[in-house]
Amino acid sequence: MLNRGRNIEKGRVITRRMFILAAAKILLFAGISSRLYNLQISDREKYEILSDKNRIREWKTPPQRGIIVDNFNKVLASNDRVFQLHLILDEINDFDVTIFKIKNLIELDKSEVKKLYKKKERLKPWDTLVVSDNLTWEQFSKINLYLHELEGAKPVLSTSRFYPYANDLVHVVGYVGDASPKDLEKPEIKENFVPGLKVGKYGIENSQEKMLIGNYGIKRYEVNASGKRISQIDYIKEKQGNKVSLTIDIEIQKYAQELLKGKAGSICAMDIYTGEVVAMASSPTYDPNKFTHGINQKDWQEIRKNPLKPLINKSIAGLYSPGSTFKPLVALAALEYGILDPNKTIRCKGHKHPYELYGVKYHCWKKEGHGYMKLRNAIKQSCDIYFYEMARLLGVDKLSVIAKRYGLGTNVLGNLYNDEKNGLVPDTKWKRRALDQSWFLGETVINGIGQGYIQTTPLQLCLMTAQIANGGYKIKPHIIKNDSINYKDVINKIKLHQSNFPLHERNYLDDINVDYYQRMYHKKSNINFVLDAMFGSTNEQYGTSYKSRYDDPTYQFAGKTGTSQVKRITDLDRELDLDTDQIEYKKRDHALYIAFAPYKDPRYAISVIIEHGGSGSKAAAPLASKLIKRIIDRHKLREQFNNGNTSLA
Amino acid sequence: MLRERIQASNYSFLDKLRSIDYLLILLIIAIGSISVFAIYSTEGGKFSFYTKNHIIRLSVFFSLFLVLSFVRVSTWYKNAYLFYIVGLALLITVLFFGISASGATRWINLYFLNLQPSELMKIAVIICFARYYHRIQSSDIQSYKFLIQPIILLIIPCYLVIQQPDLGTSILIAGSGIAIIWLAGLNIKYFVYSGLLLLVSLPFAISILKPYQKSRILTFFNPDRDPLGAGYQIIQSKIAIGSGGFFGKGYLKGTQSYLEFLPEKHTDFIFTLFSEEFGFLGSIILLFLYILLIYRIINVGLVSRSFFAKLYCFGFATAIFLYVFVNIAMVLGMLPIVGAPLPIMSYGGSSLLSIMLGLSIVMSCKIYNQEQISAY
Repeated sequence: MLNRGRNIEKGRVITRRMFILAAAKILLFAGISSRLYNLQISDREKYEILSDKNRIREWKTPPQRGIIVDNFNKVLASNDRVFQLHLILDEINDFDVTIFKIKNLIELDKSEVKKLYKKKERLKPWDTLVVSDNLTWEQFSKINLYLHELEGAKPVLSTSRFYPYANDLVHVVGYVGDASPKDLEKPEIKENFVPGLKVGKYGIENSQEKMLIGNYGIKRYEVNASGKRISQIDYIKEKQGNKVSLTIDIEIQKYAQELLKGKAGSICAMDIYTGEVVAMASSPTYDPNKFTHGINQKDWQEIRKNPLKPLINKSIAGLYSPGSTFKPLVALAALEYGILDPNKTIRCKGHKHPYELYGVKYHCWKKEGHGYMKLRNAIKQSCDIYFYEMARLLGVDKLSVIAKRYGLGTNVLGNLYNDEKNGLVPDTKWKRRALDQSWFLGETVINGIGQGYIQTTPLQLCLMTAQIANGGYKIKPHIIKNDSINYKDVINKIKLHQSNFPLHERNYLDDINVDYYQRMYHKKSNINFVLDAMFGSTNEQYGTSYKSRYDDPTYQFAGKTGTSQVKRITDLDRELDLDTDQIEYKKRDHALYIAFAPYKDPRYAISVIIEHGGSGSKAAAPLASKLIKRIIDRHKLREQFNNGNTSLA
Repeated sequence: MLRERIQASNYSFLDKLRSIDYLLILLIIAIGSISVFAIYSTEGGKFSFYTKNHIIRLSVFFSLFLVLSFVRVSTWYKNAYLFYIVGLALLITVLFFGISASGATRWINLYFLNLQPSELMKIAVIICFARYYHRIQSSDIQSYKFLIQPIILLIIPCYLVIQQPDLGTSILIAGSGIAIIWLAGLNIKYFVYSGLLLLVSLPFAISILKPYQKSRILTFFNPDRDPLGAGYQIIQSKIAIGSGGFFGKGYLKGTQSYLEFLPEKHTDFIFTLFSEEFGFLGSIILLFLYILLIYRIINVGLVSRSFFAKLYCFGFATAIFLYVFVNIAMVLGMLPIVGAPLPIMSYGGSSLLSIMLGLSIVMSCKIYNQEQISAY
């Protein structure tokens, strides 16, 4: 019975211990339940997001680039259909085999295959490798024929940039290409970039990237742990970039480009009231379509090594001494400051008796001399001696005030082109600052005929001409259409002028800032004097561009020739007096011409520069004459179209 | 004594059927059915290899359970040590002739089944200890002489299992053994002292762990240490469970498992899948089923007359609790990933076999609950 008592005791112990254990179990299960509660109820959102992050992967789809059109809505840059070959990497078992098959099908060379391998290394395993973004139709159909043998290959119909006017517009519109690391730093590209997307490299394509690039689409797929797409769950459609309208008239642009064929140089044309750039041609040129899919070495070397430098946009990045085309402005400055009476007579005695200052001789371009000259004649016949003396009396600082006011010395189109030059309008302060030298009077003298330090771009000369031709009003040159300004009003105001423009209590002889569409002159009569002299230069006998004139008042224009030296003229050169084609190309003078038309009620300004073309009257003025006719012929059409447009807006 | 024997042998078949714990059987069927659905889901809703195998095993082992339930509890008692020795022999066989998978040697190829002896050892230890303490008087329990034997009996299989290496099972075997020592009434101070000793020796213990075990433990404390490596399982499991929410993502709609983010989803992480698809509600219901199961087993122990049956039932109930707790705490990120299946739910023949075997002994205790077992 002792045994039995012990057994009862043992039974009690076991049961008690069991209950203690059971209590512990309940406690631990409660712990698990509270943990479940935490995960599934308190932190549910957090884990739901993490779960979605796990299972959903996004693929960005590239947007179509916005198109670029000219003034008449003609498409200058479009998106063309192209045939591409993509490889879906996660569908490929053996990359080497697939590439080998493709290599034989579309005839890739070794370096191209190497490039593909390099490209693949940078991609993630679920990415798409673009084998070729521009297949020929033959290659494309071959790929389609053998598609069942090509793992992961995907023939794609895509779009790519196309420039229908190819060579005629590359300096204005620019071109696109693959994004460089530097491009990717730009916020507008960074925000909208999709691998493989082409971005603007130059010109409007580059500076209007924000407008043109568009917004990428997003395809959301459910993926598994190894990244394989299971199903598409969402597709936000990509948005094409905005249209960019230019003020360019492609017909005039084309013609300007044609006129420049075989030459190095530029032609710019501008509406003198609205500031709309109608044409901005630069020669020689190149085909922007070649850059879209990466230019090949041969083509690139051809462009790069061309001695006429097609890559330089001569209209805005070419710097030239204005030569005699600067004379109207020098005359205007002298008149505004009242330096001399236009009736003052100076005698030009030819090369035997040059102008002399402190023992240095300054020659006129005309060997025999012009004889007795008054200001109007000096402009008309471009007498250097008269301008030497006038510049000496005027002084470089006053001249620079007027030159800058009329558009020289600063770039014309703002930051639209990353290579646009400011040019240079020298004065005494500038020389002290930049060269740490004092100004010499001799430098003023040659400045008077547009030589020396002064440097301008063709577009600046065009703007200068426009702002004189419109009666001395400041305009805002632009190449992208601006619908926010009603140009009809602006034109009327400037033309009618007096009533609507407030007379400023300002001294127009000071170095002041003038607002857009406000007057810049001190005395209206001075502007008229210069315009009249330019009329003489083109339309009167002995005028330097007399041969290029039109007698029909519809086309009649006024202009000024210029011949800018690229090297110092020695006494020997003067003695030899060679014809242009007898001189080595590099040493020939640049030919320049500025003009506005029609003379009565002018509307357009034009500048022409032919590098090493010889004299302005022979090489530049005839081109200007031809283009002016074309511009005026198209004026009515343009006016109708633009008015129609503004009334719609 | 003779009278008792006569009594025991006098159970009529009807009596036996009457004393079967039908609720326990119902619970087994319930959890078993849930497990079939869960495994079906791990295969993405396709009726293929795992689901088929699982159903076959469930039916075979469930039948085995029913048959073995009618084996007299005294038979189990008599053969308890034999059971243990066979288990040990199998473990030693594994050491020399075992087949390996993913760096561990745990299985013996029996052609129809890859047997994992460590799983059988979980039950063997409980039976063996129940028998050992059945005959020891409570006054003797505290003496070192009677304490040293079970400790040795426990250390040998644990050591062999660690060698495989399989830390998880080893801990579970040790846990079940210690539970019975506790139930038998060993003085609390021994548990306190050995607990302290374990704490002190922990740094040394860690130093002899295999690198992957160390990394698992370190990762447990900071899963983000290596999110794509050792921490991946914990992180993905927590994401799956957490994103399930209250009602879950719906059956066959668990994205984490369906899209293969979950590792070992049909074995150790089956609860994760279940919890992702059925949410908090489903998880709590499943947990409740396990609690009921444990309660029923304890209940059998309470109505049993013999110490062997009591010790066995309470010990087995604690073992089931340990398996469930360790597995769920593990997938919830509360314990390091040690590799412990969820009883009945997880896909795995040996684990299922040992659980069913264990349950059949419980059922046998219930059927023959009036049987007094002499201390032979």
